[in-house]
Amino acid sequence: MRLLTARLSAKRRSPIAGFVVVLLGLLVTGGAYAVLSPASAATDQASQSTVTQGRSLFLVGCSSCHGLNGEGIVTKRGTQYGPPLAGVGAAAVDFQVGTGRMPMASPGVQAQKKKVVYSPSEITALAAYVASLAPGPSVPTTSEYDTSNTDNAAVVRGGKFWRTNCTACHNFAAAGGALPGGKYAPSLKGVSEKHIFEAMLTGPQQMPVFSNGVLKPSEKRDVIAYVKSIQATPNYGGSPLGSLGPVSEGLAGWLIGIGGLVGFAIWIASHSVRSKKGVKA
Amino acid sequence: MTDQKILPTGHGDDHRPSSEVVPAYGDPVADPGLAPHEPRPTDVDARAEKRAERQIATMFGLSSVFALLFVISYFLFKIGPDPTIIGGYGASNIALGVFLGMALLLIGVGAIQWARKLMNDEEMVEMRHPAASSDEDRLEAVALFNAGVSDSGIGRRPLIRNSLLGAFATLGLPVIVVLRDLGPLPGNKLAHTVWKKGMRLTNDVAGTPIKPEEMEIGQLVNGEPEVFFQEKDGVPIFEGTPLLQAKTKAAIIIVRMKPDDITPAKGRENWGVEGILCYSKICTHVGCPISLWEQQTHHLLCPCHQSTFDLADNGKVIFGPAARSLPQLPIMVDSEGYLVAQSDFTEPVGPSYWERG
Repeated sequence: MRLLTARLSAKRRSPIAGFVVVLLGLLVTGGAYAVLSPASAATDQASQSTVTQGRSLFLVGCSSCHGLNGEGIVTKRGTQYGPPLAGVGAAAVDFQVGTGRMPMASPGVQAQKKKVVYSPSEITALAAYVASLAPGPSVPTTSEYDTSNTDNAAVVRGGKFWRTNCTACHNFAAAGGALPGGKYAPSLKGVSEKHIFEAMLTGPQQMPVFSNGVLKPSEKRDVIAYVKSIQATPNYGGSPLGSLGPVSEGLAGWLIGIGGLVGFAIWIASHSVRSKKGVKA
Repeated sequence: MTDQKILPTGHGDDHRPSSEVVPAYGDPVADPGLAPHEPRPTDVDARAEKRAERQIATMFGLSSVFALLFVISYFLFKIGPDPTIIGGYGASNIALGVFLGMALLLIGVGAIQWARKLMNDEEMVEMRHPAASSDEDRLEAVALFNAGVSDSGIGRRPLIRNSLLGAFATLGLPVIVVLRDLGPLPGNKLAHTVWKKGMRLTNDVAGTPIKPEEMEIGQLVNGEPEVFFQEKDGVPIFEGTPLLQAKTKAAIIIVRMKPDDITPAKGRENWGVEGILCYSKICTHVGCPISLWEQQTHHLLCPCHQSTFDLADNGKVIFGPAARSLPQLPIMVDSEGYLVAQSDFTEPVGPSYWERG
């Protein structure tokens, strides 16, 4: 750069022209960043205190597995005790902590959904701290996942995406299903729109990631609209028996249906009560 | 309550003493005969009899009530676009099923109760009788058949007999010829898909092409070749049955893993892009579409018969009945930065078949 400016300035009228160009460039870049960047100085300060609060929460509640700086802890066997959190983003924290999966009650094949431990503001602080480790997906905005204004076409589109990408694990009626080794894909009953969006975005545990680049936010919203639509649909045909298909239906058919028939057969063939009295005249 | 005794009866003319079974060495276990008959409470107690009568009549009466409830609910509960819902269930379906079921069940239960409590329950003995027809009937049948044979003269007229045999034999030809409609043989159609060099990988349903930087570690994309979403002169290149047939072979899954986790086989080092690999979505066992992928173990599980493939290890079968690795589609990036195929699949996708050996 110095050589370049020296050569340029040699041909120009002023010797300080090179410095002026560099200064202007820096000013324009910085100015443009200040204008275009979403965060203003005030929120920066606020978020800095949130990050600090999040870090102190993290050190108490998360660092025993995820490491003091979220770098993860590797076991002697080389497996992850707690995975590194750099790059998982605020969305992953909001999902894992917001559904009660984290902090885990005990190590196991899969973190279970349970009572949420942290308050919403504490979750925000934790998310802010983890997001400050490395860039990652941020918590989606309400407009991204809100399905109150979606129409029937969105439900139909979402159904196509659902059947292509989700049914293999989560079942056609979003009732969940089994995975190898004691793992399972959970039911989506009662899961909020935001958490469904975040699960697709971040791929918690064994679930694959469906990034916004491939499955667009509007397509994710269609999927959520479909899930909410089938959950709101009444069972016209009677009890769905958990919507598990032939497994639960077959079980009911064999136990209740065939069992009832066997009961009737035993009743028909059983001896009736006999009397020791003589036959009446 | 009748006192009449039902006696064992013979069966008319065909009941012949000669065919009755006579034990050759005397019976080693004495025939205990029938236990003495014991009456039921309803046989000896007039009040019990009345009570049973009322029970049975109540069941039949309730059956009528349920049948009427069926008719009422048929008209009362709405079906169609705005059905009647009670407790989250479609009211019509459940009411019709329960009421008709109860109406039929109560007739059956009442009838059985009638037979058990009130109808005659004296023990009866009915002797077996031979299953064959009488000798006269058999002789008559044979005579009739022989009369037919001699009347047709099939032994005296070899021309008619042989031409009839020929007609029956020729009738086999149409049966064999229409087997042709099972064909034509598939040729090498099973060995190829629509994939070819430079064809873009797209997200299924949406049809959007994919750039490597849009995919994150642990990402799964259920993909299709771009040609399924393209049009030529305003008409889709593939539609209807040909589209479905091509889709069954060309469906893919695209996954992204940490490049260090992948152990490519010899010759497959350049088949992926920065940890992004592409495999056939069709299980090599019996052809179920599979997308049940565990992003941390890299295992792809087929829900039909639990065949499990390791996508970090060239789609190797690690569990289940599948015999072949999941075919991998070699991919690269085109000039615009989208993921494209390097070629067609290098081996047939889907289940094994006869000609493949």
